[in-house]
Amino acid sequence: MKAARLRRVAARVGALFASLFIALTMAFALGRLSGDPTANILGPTAPPEQREALRQQLGLDRPLLTQYFDYITGVFTGNLGESLQFYQANTTLIFDRVPYTLQLVAAGMAIAIIIGVPLGVLAATREGTWWDRAASTVALLGQSIPVFWLGMMLVVLFAVKLGWLPAGQSGTPRHLILPSLTMSLYPMAHIARLTRASMSEALAEPFIDSARARGISRTRVVWRHAFKNALMPVLTIVVLQTGILLSGAVAVEYVYSWPGLGQLALQAIQFRDFPLVQAIVVFGAVVFVLLNLLVDVIHSVVDPRVR
Amino acid sequence: MSRLELDSRTSKGEAPKAPKARKPRRARTSVFWLAMPLLVIAALVFVLPVTGLLPEEGQDLTRTRQPPAFLSGGTWEHPLGTDKRGQDVLTELVTSGRLTIMIGLVGALVAIGPGVLIGLLAGYFRGWVDKVISILIDAQLALPFILIALAIISNRGSSLPVLFLVLALTGWAACARVTRATTLAVRERQFILGLRAVGASEARIVFRHVLPNLAGTIVALGTLQVGTAILVESALSFLGLGVVPPKASWGSMLASGQDELSQAWWIAFFPGLAITVLVLLVNLLGDALLTHHDPRKRRR
Repeated sequence: MKAARLRRVAARVGALFASLFIALTMAFALGRLSGDPTANILGPTAPPEQREALRQQLGLDRPLLTQYFDYITGVFTGNLGESLQFYQANTTLIFDRVPYTLQLVAAGMAIAIIIGVPLGVLAATREGTWWDRAASTVALLGQSIPVFWLGMMLVVLFAVKLGWLPAGQSGTPRHLILPSLTMSLYPMAHIARLTRASMSEALAEPFIDSARARGISRTRVVWRHAFKNALMPVLTIVVLQTGILLSGAVAVEYVYSWPGLGQLALQAIQFRDFPLVQAIVVFGAVVFVLLNLLVDVIHSVVDPRVR
Repeated sequence: MSRLELDSRTSKGEAPKAPKARKPRRARTSVFWLAMPLLVIAALVFVLPVTGLLPEEGQDLTRTRQPPAFLSGGTWEHPLGTDKRGQDVLTELVTSGRLTIMIGLVGALVAIGPGVLIGLLAGYFRGWVDKVISILIDAQLALPFILIALAIISNRGSSLPVLFLVLALTGWAACARVTRATTLAVRERQFILGLRAVGASEARIVFRHVLPNLAGTIVALGTLQVGTAILVESALSFLGLGVVPPKASWGSMLASGQDELSQAWWIAFFPGLAITVLVLLVNLLGDALLTHHDPRKRRR
């Protein structure tokens, strides 16, 4: 029993490592094989000598396999190269920004869960009614609105017209309200849809009828019996969406000039800071794989059937 | 994108059992009522510029940042107001809608094409082909789309071909995953066994018999992918990484409205509203089509 469990854990970790490896390779391939980046960094009119110098500085003149090997060892030793515009280690730059993005993601995710889960449960318990249709439409709307546009309109309403909240930058909790609200929309919609699907499946199980037959109140059956069984997919999507938000907050951070990782990525692109872009991509991939691992751990802790 | 995964879960089980006697009328009418407004939008965007009914294109520095007609100070000459160069917002909206819709359609095709083909191969041939492809799909889904976009655009700059490359790379995996799951169900059906018994070649079975059985799912997937493509394009164009001037899409209109928010919010408001309405309709249609082709869901 124990050996089988160990083997399963090992296989899962192995698969995750494989997927990290492939993701890293893809990032490398996208960066190197799609052409010579120096033309793009320096502009088309740059003299060949200058481009040659930059190629040497970036290590692009070495054989591709050597580059790949150095890149992979760099990732595992925490060395992601140096930025072209800040003359600093990319890892330092990234970890300076992470706390800001983390703040935003935590606040946004909290809002998304607080609204999304009850909305999904409401829709599932009243399946087929107007409540259900309204909740489902709200959720679908949340997945159809460009989030950065919503952010801009919130700025117009609450910062420009009403003057209640600051329009951008960070510092106080008041600065956090608009960006985290904006950020919460997409995961909220996702969580609501998944909660509905998962709950309506759980509510159709025979043990729900038997619990009701035993005279347990409806509320208790919904939250204690059905919700517990519907929780797993919801937890999974929460963790995975957190991963997407961590690296995907670019547009929201841009709208609110929030000094997080997304802003850094954008700066890196605008200054054609090729090593920094690649470092951020690698960071995002590593975070994502770690979160996937976390999902598996949560699964085995929460659900005894997975053990 | 992950919405597709959720739906794939329901279609992963056994082969669809119910004989396709009569499709419930509700599903068919809802598809019709969702497709209609989409056709109207497309017609407006492609036909209106030809009719000459729109306010004239071009800059007019004497009337910059005019509010829309329904606000005080607005005129019906410019129903949705003008931007910082005095261009009519409605005219701009209609003309840049063409590129937006085009990117949505082509963006969906470039993701669906390889996605379906790869998913079909994995689902039909199983074995090591399936294993390799599944690992590739997982790895692709492990990279958030914005990171892939950044990696490519930082290297290649932004242009339409690069945009389509980004859309293909970020979209194929979700399509492949759903196609694979559906193919797994189809290949277990009796008629496939029968075809093999009469000696039909593998290629013939896959393309002439399995693929047509996936048509419904593929159309639904493609529809949802159009919505995704439009959202991705608008986000990238908003950041100045997608459609860049002189070309214009709704996303790039949003980008130019960003600096004007405090003085002329309508420049950014209308393109965003247009994107929302279009993507919402497309998503509703995609969902209706998916339900339509998923017998397990239809029964409820």
